[in-house]
Amino acid sequence: MNINATKDLLFKMADDALIIGHRNSEWTGIGPMLEEDLAFSSMAQDKIGHALALYKILNEVLGEADPDKLGFMREEKDMKCCHFVEYPIGEYDFSIIRQFLFDHAELIRYEMLAESGFQPLAQLAKKVKGEIKYHVMHADTFVKQLAAGSEEAHARLQNALNNCWHLALGIFEKSELESDLIKDGTFAGEEELQARWLAKVTPLLEAANLKIPATNNDKIALGGRRGYHSEYLKPLLDEMCEVVRTDPAAEW
Amino acid sequence: MSSLDPRVNRLDLKRVLEGEVQTNSHLVTYEVFHQDKRGKQAIHVGIVHAPSPELALVFAKEQYSRRGKTANLWVVKTSDVYTFSPADDDMFETTPEKVFRDPAAYKVRDRIEAYQLKNKATN
Repeated sequence: MNINATKDLLFKMADDALIIGHRNSEWTGIGPMLEEDLAFSSMAQDKIGHALALYKILNEVLGEADPDKLGFMREEKDMKCCHFVEYPIGEYDFSIIRQFLFDHAELIRYEMLAESGFQPLAQLAKKVKGEIKYHVMHADTFVKQLAAGSEEAHARLQNALNNCWHLALGIFEKSELESDLIKDGTFAGEEELQARWLAKVTPLLEAANLKIPATNNDKIALGGRRGYHSEYLKPLLDEMCEVVRTDPAAEW
Repeated sequence: MSSLDPRVNRLDLKRVLEGEVQTNSHLVTYEVFHQDKRGKQAIHVGIVHAPSPELALVFAKEQYSRRGKTANLWVVKTSDVYTFSPADDDMFETTPEKVFRDPAAYKVRDRIEAYQLKNKATN
């Protein structure tokens, strides 16, 4: 097994989960209604939990630093998250469409990883699949509900989908060590994930009467997996890590 | 009128008070029932506000099964629950007096207990 390829996969998954978890938690207290505020906050918490579990594998199995250090003490250029998760929460339409596109990819990724030859990851995939299934159910139900609502609701969803599409395609940016992951049987690869994701989300969006924007390869938000991020990551990291970085040795 | 809570501002209270806007007109309440084990009874635990049964179930999951074990949840639109009118409370008024319907109230109970006690003493 190519250890570096596996580490790269774990880092990008963990960083995605940490950043989207932090972003979605920004809705806590200002959600559109009480029930949704609670549900969205819980799911954000789940994401932080997934990040922790992945950092733990990096730490306990692959010899990286402890999870707190991996989550809070790395520089922007060392982060492997995609641009999609970095974007501000915007209005609720953006956050819901992002959840829809991102979590469908997550669910399929973990389904694929349940077959991974790297046992710690296969075990984790089986453990978290129920949680992500609920996240996807939440997003699907919201998209269906809003798309069938008023003209404004539908227009907002379509607009959010237009804004999210090329960001979402950035999820599937390949790493340089991708071929080793496939060869080792660790992960079947981003290309297959993207194909399965597209086959899953297309009929759902069509059923909601939403039009998938034409893909322009030049517009896909790439770079995150190699440490080149959107302008939004740095301020997020500064805020998220501000307290812990003032005294990294403090006991909590 | 402005508040520190953006949700309050979003309500557009001035127009609400003037009757121009009906708040949450698309939301109704759903009664939530929680079952902790397959086969056990589903117990009423509260309500959620939602525009559809599907979303009510999604909300119920985080509202009422955040902790402990859950086998299933049910949601039922509140307006679909058929109940007695509060004016009919008098139909239940004398029930607490009918102690003869409670097996524990039977005189024979005393005799059973006396027998058990005696039996225990001789053992």
